[in-house]
Amino acid sequence: MTEPGLGHILFISAALFFIGVYGFFTRRNLVTMLMSVELILNSVNLNFIAFNKYLWPDRLDGLFFTIFIIAIAAAEAAVAIAIIINLYRSHRSIDVENAQDLKY
Amino acid sequence: MTGSSIIFYLLAALTLVSGLLAVTTRMIFRAAIYLLFSLIGIAGIYFWLQYEFIAAVQIVVYVGGIVVLIIFSIFLTQQAGEQLPKQKLGRQLFSALAAFCGLALVMLQLSQHVFTETGNEPIEPNVTNIGNQMLGINDNGYALPFELVSMLLLAALIGCIVIALKIKPESK
Repeated sequence: MTEPGLGHILFISAALFFIGVYGFFTRRNLVTMLMSVELILNSVNLNFIAFNKYLWPDRLDGLFFTIFIIAIAAAEAAVAIAIIINLYRSHRSIDVENAQDLKY
Repeated sequence: MTGSSIIFYLLAALTLVSGLLAVTTRMIFRAAIYLLFSLIGIAGIYFWLQYEFIAAVQIVVYVGGIVVLIIFSIFLTQQAGEQLPKQKLGRQLFSALAAFCGLALVMLQLSQHVFTETGNEPIEPNVTNIGNQMLGINDNGYALPFELVSMLLLAALIGCIVIALKIKPESK
């Protein structure tokens, strides 16, 4: 157990990213797939903040990218949930196998 | 081992364990709650890094907004107490293998790469500096992306209303 630094945070971020990827591969329910996407986006945010803190503390660019990613993630979650609820209304199910009817 | 590093390892364990439980549990409501704890752990890491503004934004937007939205959509679309169907073992196995191989590849790259820090004077990430740079129109300003994101949020708002209000003509 050493003093935590950049490498530790990058490990957490990479592990969280691949936890999200695993969830995205295995889940077949649209809401749980959305949760996996949120985990992936959070791991990216953590990476930006860690690089900003440890490598470029004289700039604030990583912090701004994180703020914009959070805003876009909020918009994406809202639109995705609107689509999911609309899909549930017409199909009584939010399984991803039913979602292929979306293209018609 | 100082108190600071103990706190860091506790936050890291909270984030990773609850993230793993969020993608593996078969109760969908519990998955949302585990996701909540994982996001709180990440906000704690931001606090630990002394980026208080981002930590506050994380708590307000993710914990207070997106997770509540996800919980509402679970209530609207799932039957209470119903478990998710069990997945095929092969799919789980190959997904875990793919995720593990990806993680191993990334960690191998990280262990070989040498990061060089800048030697410049650090800026305090406080609200004054963030606000000045976010609305600045000089070289380092972020005024244009700020306006773009506000347009995107407006478009998402209108799009959500249009999608959710759509009534199928044959249902009435």
